[in-house]
Amino acid sequence: MDYATLLQILDSTLRLGTPLLLACLAGLYSERSGIFDIGLEGKMLMAGMASGAVAALSGSVWAGLLAGIGASMALALIHGLASITFRGNQLISGVALNFVASGATVLIAQSLFQQGGRTPSLTGAARFNPIELPFAETLRAIPGLGPFYAEVLSGHSALVYVALAAVPGTWWLLYRTRFGLRLRAVGENPESVDTAGVSVLRLRYTAVLITGVLCGLAGAYMATGLQAGFGREMTAGRGYIALAALIFAKWRPWSALWATMLFGFLQALALRPDVLERTVGFPVPVSALDALPYILTVIVLAGFVGRAIPPRAGGQPYVKER
Amino acid sequence: MDKLPRWADLVLVPLISLALAAAISALVILAIGGDPVEAVTIMVNGALGSPYGWGYTLYYATSFIFTGLGVAVAYHAGQFNIGGEGQAQLGGLGVALVCLAAPWPHWSLALPAAILGAGVFGAAWAAVPAWLAAKRGSHIVITTIMFNYIAAALIVYLLVEVLRPAGQMDPATARFPAGASLPTFGEIPGLSAIFSKNVPANVTFFVAVFACWAVWLLLWRSRLGYEIRAFGKSEPAARYAGISPTKMIMVSMLISGGLSGMMAINNVMGEAERLLQNSAEGAGFIGIAVALMGRNHPVGIFLAAILFGFLYQGGAELGLWTTIPIELRLLLQGLVILFTGALDTMVRMMLAPFFRVRRAA
Repeated sequence: MDYATLLQILDSTLRLGTPLLLACLAGLYSERSGIFDIGLEGKMLMAGMASGAVAALSGSVWAGLLAGIGASMALALIHGLASITFRGNQLISGVALNFVASGATVLIAQSLFQQGGRTPSLTGAARFNPIELPFAETLRAIPGLGPFYAEVLSGHSALVYVALAAVPGTWWLLYRTRFGLRLRAVGENPESVDTAGVSVLRLRYTAVLITGVLCGLAGAYMATGLQAGFGREMTAGRGYIALAALIFAKWRPWSALWATMLFGFLQALALRPDVLERTVGFPVPVSALDALPYILTVIVLAGFVGRAIPPRAGGQPYVKER
Repeated sequence: MDKLPRWADLVLVPLISLALAAAISALVILAIGGDPVEAVTIMVNGALGSPYGWGYTLYYATSFIFTGLGVAVAYHAGQFNIGGEGQAQLGGLGVALVCLAAPWPHWSLALPAAILGAGVFGAAWAAVPAWLAAKRGSHIVITTIMFNYIAAALIVYLLVEVLRPAGQMDPATARFPAGASLPTFGEIPGLSAIFSKNVPANVTFFVAVFACWAVWLLLWRSRLGYEIRAFGKSEPAARYAGISPTKMIMVSMLISGGLSGMMAINNVMGEAERLLQNSAEGAGFIGIAVALMGRNHPVGIFLAAILFGFLYQGGAELGLWTTIPIELRLLLQGLVILFTGALDTMVRMMLAPFFRVRRAA
């Protein structure tokens, strides 16, 4: 594989890894607070539909983004209601919301646009357009790093940079603020947080809503940045892969970046079977490439790459003693 | 919170959950410019109004009984098996291999062989996630979901590259031999007076009913079933009583996968008579709703499967006769899972005051 091809693939890696990264960080907030969320997929899907539809109707991608975040937060709130207030089964709630999302998105998109559950193709201001980073063209002349900066890092939509910035942001919030300390505590030992006079309910709702915002960004990016419009089932299991990446990353923000970029790299490779064939020397069936991220996820989950210990109170509703 | 009487917990709570799901769906239909009353009329007429409709309703119900039982057996062991979809597709592969392996002289010989093939392949596909959960502590929900995607990719590969007969364009196996064709309701003496020849409901329905009875026998009348339920109720207690967690996870998941795989007898052998892509068509997921709605009991699952068969067939009729997309089924399914599985405490809380008043009076 020559350097130019590698740069192309890394460029796709960043594009395809971004929704995974956003969803992975979304899951990180929820699970660190002790709420399992396998509904990331549904939230992304709902956000993708809402942002695609509103962007198509209003012609403004920013209006679309807000709608996407709103739709995702609405689902997050239902998940919070079921798993925090009514102490329901968090896994079942997540599965249910995924089904609700895959049904509702098609119903709404079909009734709005009559295009088989898709939104119309977005153009111009209704899309997130690529941003040239400063001096990209001037620096390109520098051998090695210059093309990397110009090809891989520059020329992405705003949400890619938001996602990248969210990594140190999340790290700082989790490990350097009082809120972060409490959030981590409530996922490990909610009693201690309760004893300290901090509301477990409020902390968990906040975490779940942050999850909603980040999934909203992920979905909006898919429909208005990565692709030009929403298509049915367009998230294609990314929510689950993001969860696997979260386990891979052992619920830590920087590791989440590397884990999601690894999965993004695999997806980028699956788009370029010719490159892979030249590299390994024999044709690889396309379905094997498609299955690769899922197989890798299973290997990750099997703990063959180091033990991952989830937040201790994860999945258990908190019952205050009376 | 007051405890509800047993009958309310078993009958009223699922019914109220269903009513809530239906009410929200009705609002959605209104919001997208449809007419809920017309929608219900079309669904009832299309699914229950004729022997033809019943033939489809019972056909879908047959599939859902298998996947519902599959989810329930795992659930009793405290395992949440979302892999029914992949296990059903692999079950389809087992059925196809069995049916294509020999020139079957009569369906009564092919059926037991196909049941075995479907069950073994479905169980095998559940075995890996089960083993990973039992031995390596992997999250069974996520591994089974991943195995759904891997199953889909594997089946596509096999259908395109391996099993497709030479000269055929579409990715599917060859047609099964005539001797492996299961009799439909229209061909069964006695039932043929009611059902016409072209309904898909077939003899597998009776296998499904038998499976309900067998699962009941297993869970509530056998030592293994007792151990499964004890393990599901309290893992530490079960371990203290000498029950092996590894064995319980493996056994319950293998039975679960086998049952989900057996669904393929109905759709692959009974209806399509060859293996197609995406053969399970979401029935693996509906099993979750069916098991929750049926309270993980075979009788409940049988009734819930009929109900979902009605919703499925009714939803198809809606897609045919109105502008309401067929995906309404997915929404309804999600809402039923939400209300029966995750918001059941809310429903109980809503009911509790009524029973408090009655008791006081």
